[in-house]
Amino acid sequence: MESIIDLHFWQLAAAYIFILILMFLVRFKGIPREKDILISSLRMTFQLILVGYVLSYVFDNSNPLFTILIICLMETFAIFNIYKRAKIIIPKRLKKIIALSMVTGSISCLLYFLLIVVRISPWYDPRYFIPIAGMIVGNSMTGVTLGVNRLVEGINSQKHKVEAALMLGATPKAASRQIVNNAFDSAILPTVNSMVGMGIISLPGMMTGQILSGTSPLVAVKYQIAIMLGILGSVSLTVFIFLQLGYMTFFNSRSQLEV
Amino acid sequence: MFILKNIRYKNILSIDSLEIPSGKVTCITGESGSGKSTLLKLLNNLISPDEGEILFKGNSVDKINPVELRRKVVMLSQNPVIFDGTVKDNLLAGLVFANKQLPSQQRLSEVLEQVRLNKEFEQNADSLSGGEKQRLSLARVLLMDPEVFLLDEPSSSLDEATEHFIIDGLVNHTRQSGKTLIMVTHSKKVAEVFSDYEITIADGKVSGRRYK
Repeated sequence: MESIIDLHFWQLAAAYIFILILMFLVRFKGIPREKDILISSLRMTFQLILVGYVLSYVFDNSNPLFTILIICLMETFAIFNIYKRAKIIIPKRLKKIIALSMVTGSISCLLYFLLIVVRISPWYDPRYFIPIAGMIVGNSMTGVTLGVNRLVEGINSQKHKVEAALMLGATPKAASRQIVNNAFDSAILPTVNSMVGMGIISLPGMMTGQILSGTSPLVAVKYQIAIMLGILGSVSLTVFIFLQLGYMTFFNSRSQLEV
Repeated sequence: MFILKNIRYKNILSIDSLEIPSGKVTCITGESGSGKSTLLKLLNNLISPDEGEILFKGNSVDKINPVELRRKVVMLSQNPVIFDGTVKDNLLAGLVFANKQLPSQQRLSEVLEQVRLNKEFEQNADSLSGGEKQRLSLARVLLMDPEVFLLDEPSSSLDEATEHFIIDGLVNHTRQSGKTLIMVTHSKKVAEVFSDYEITIADGKVSGRRYK
């Protein structure tokens, strides 16, 4: 395998021509998105350069504390991102459950994946730990965000059905079962769908990266299959924990709907 | 069956004292917005009063498991609610929620006749008209055959003849089996003909009680 072609400064700068073309197009068409495109491109550049330096430092100075600190930062960022991206004001009780499900669901899957499937050594090896944690936590975050929105929308729009079921003697769990099942379905569907097109419609990012860096495509594919299963497991588990605990926050101790 | 003492619920309902007898047909009448539905919801413990106490068979409702209470004191809401699925799924919904034994096909047919709903079991329940949905919701509650029926305007979308037929059947059933029927109705005639006890609510207060 050949080693990867490093990009010189001028080569990277040349890639910005795409942004210039896009800026020209939106200005020409009178679409008011120039500012967003510019800010997004600058943020992306700045954030990636920063993370590049941080990762270089962490890889060169492998230490369990760094790995733990980074995973904590990832989880915190993911949890606050869910709060921000939800379409509603999330009640405090539900916020706690979002945090709990994210931490327990994604960390348990991450540890299983790294320690049982990949068997990394030492356990905190940042070269494996950090990128894989990023994929698992990021996808779980998207799943839980969808789950939160669907659960809240479902309870609000079907309040009359939930109450009608309670009136007949349903437990809160039975009264909200359909809404919880629909929310679970909606939350994991993007992950399931992404697996269907994988390898045909798209070559996934991690696999492409490994191939570009000189890894054999067959090894890259094995990693990709494993990580997709890990992501599906983590998204499902995180969303499941969230929904199983989250629906309860809409009911009080007298099994009354509080919306 | 129910005793209410010094009940306050938001600015909607304020009842100093009220007793609803066991084994009788009680009709609750009054203008819309007077608090009739709120009263039924309090009896079903779908909501709790801000102040005061409700006793069910001598026990404070607050001390009874709410789900167990609602399985004995089943409520039918004013606007019929149809769950996803067929007519049969909807008929059985209450029994499934309450973990009760499912009845025979013959019993299901009898209940549909009782509410004058001539529909196939496998028909999608969402395709029914408003009046048919109301009758299906009522049939669902009849199948559960609870100790207490709390019915909120069970016949509001029915013509007078169908209303009379269905309420008559329901009242006969409750009287024969010694059950309690508490029914909110807009119809003076229904209250006049069928009730043993009539409670009138006005502006959130009991403004009239009449034994017959």
